[in-house]
Amino acid sequence: MKLQFPKITIWRAIFAGIMLSGLYATYLRVMYGLGGSTNLSDKFPWGLWIGFDVMCGVGLAAGGFTLVAMVHIFNIKAYKPVLRPAILTAFLGYVLVTVGLLFDLGRPDRLWHPLVMWNPHSVMFEVAWCVTLYSTVLFLEFLPMVFEKFGLHKPLEWIHKISVPLMILGVLLSTLHQSSLGTLFLIVPQKLYALWYTPILPLLFWVSAIAVGLAMTIFESWHSSRAFGRALELPLLASMGRVLAVVLSVYLWIRFLDMSHRHVFGLLGLNRTETWLFGLEIALMAIPAVLLFQAKVRMRPGALYACAVMVVFGFITNRMNVGITGLEAGSGTHYIPKWSEVAVTLSIVAAGFAIFHFVAQNFPVFEAAVHEPAHAKLQQTEEDPVAV
Amino acid sequence: MSKAMLYDSTLCIGCKACESGCAERWGLPYNDKIAAEETISAHKLTAVETHGERYSRRLCMNCQQPACASVCPVGALQKTALGPVVYDADKCMGCRYCMQACPFQVPSYEWDKRLPKMRKCDMCSERQIQGKPTACAEACPVGATVCGERDELLAEARKRIAEKPGGYFNKIYGVREVGGTSVFYLSAVPFEQIGLRTNVPMEGLPETTWRVLELVPDIVSTGTVLLGGIWWITNRRAEVAKAEVVKKEGRRR
Repeated sequence: MKLQFPKITIWRAIFAGIMLSGLYATYLRVMYGLGGSTNLSDKFPWGLWIGFDVMCGVGLAAGGFTLVAMVHIFNIKAYKPVLRPAILTAFLGYVLVTVGLLFDLGRPDRLWHPLVMWNPHSVMFEVAWCVTLYSTVLFLEFLPMVFEKFGLHKPLEWIHKISVPLMILGVLLSTLHQSSLGTLFLIVPQKLYALWYTPILPLLFWVSAIAVGLAMTIFESWHSSRAFGRALELPLLASMGRVLAVVLSVYLWIRFLDMSHRHVFGLLGLNRTETWLFGLEIALMAIPAVLLFQAKVRMRPGALYACAVMVVFGFITNRMNVGITGLEAGSGTHYIPKWSEVAVTLSIVAAGFAIFHFVAQNFPVFEAAVHEPAHAKLQQTEEDPVAV
Repeated sequence: MSKAMLYDSTLCIGCKACESGCAERWGLPYNDKIAAEETISAHKLTAVETHGERYSRRLCMNCQQPACASVCPVGALQKTALGPVVYDADKCMGCRYCMQACPFQVPSYEWDKRLPKMRKCDMCSERQIQGKPTACAEACPVGATVCGERDELLAEARKRIAEKPGGYFNKIYGVREVGGTSVFYLSAVPFEQIGLRTNVPMEGLPETTWRVLELVPDIVSTGTVLLGGIWWITNRRAEVAKAEVVKKEGRRR
């Protein structure tokens, strides 16, 4: 077999460019510390690597626990074809979050410290334990794809035996740390802008994680159907779009109630950056919520995809607002990430796409649907498997 | 009995002797250039600020219920019974949550080091154990910063206000702020005019996160039963449905 040089395409060139800049930024981070590679300061100790890489990374990986709960605990088998890609996304997501943390921690060599040096009063301690345990769960949920690929039947049976407790554990751990990422910011009531600071931040984080988990599943199904020339599971995704619309509505309703109880609507009259960012965030959640309630929109792949993308961006805006922009005024400073922070973040995202592509091509991620019994295929119209 | 400090800004002459005493105690360099910096940082753990013709000192408040110690995932920060909030650099993994959580933005980071540490005033904890005053209090030539028992200093502060009501703003900063601190401030003018934060909550911050964290055992136990129950019901329903289909087909034959 002759070794072939990969064809140069525009996407590959962009990918290479991003990875090279990330590599140089990594060099800066290792040699010159956080000072030489970030725009962080004593007044603004958390930046893009926490606000995006960790907070958005964990959230965007929420499809794993959402789909596991739907398929295996609520027993909605119709969603099974998209379960494996969701688990893969989640597993990759958590691995990449850990990579992001290694960049951000002042002492990455001590990443393991929270596991042995306990402080149960610390939210970060709880998040550290949950993320570690959940990554292990995700690894075990991912293993069947590896075992199937290499025809290892015995270990496959073992995994199946523990799968139910494993999945319940996974959903619980996710509930805990998805919400805890919101709890992290309860300690800064005087710093976080009042449009975002609320005692129910953990609840809001959890509900929005479920929403973005569904949106990411639609997003990646659409992309993988194009990349691998698969047929899009449209009826399935459309029904998921309806669930998404309901979750988004619940989320927006809770936020509305919370804001009215805290009497902060007056802040919306102020011409401040926060007001506009808040508006953007809400619009990116409200517009898809309204659109997805219409069957016409749900059954058009392009429109469905656009809605999912809006939710993903709305989610990212929300996390960045809580983790970065909403803290600027209260911290008395401005923060704009240094190029190297952006380069590392882009590299992590690009690596995520590339690894997903590789695994999806080489492991039975999408074939799972083929082994399904015939009754799942009967539902060709948008027969909603969920009684909403 | 816990120790505390009292800083009376009406007495402070801005000589910055506290700064050099502090630098000496930490083994940090101190020169005119550093003296001119009016903010605390990793190389300057206390700073005298100028506000018009008045002075004010910044240092760690060593809170009674420190947010930094409550958020530290590795327990590197601890509130000691004696008063100081101490830091164990060997545990610290550099997550900087303490810096994010501190209502006074006190902890500083060694941003330019490859193996950085957090830095903050710890009320000269080892001197407190020996019964000595803090280095800054010892260095102060006019008694603007004094060190002693918390109760006694509070009484002393009240006495000063009572004796000279026109000379002081009628409040002591640090009694109620974030649930009480180990550093008290006296001022001739409202505290925000000498750069102190008056928007901080009047109760301890650790409670804000603990309220949620203490629910974790409940969520885990209730969640397990709930999810397990839902799984059992949905699974059983599917089994029954399957069995009924088989039965029906059997009858047809």
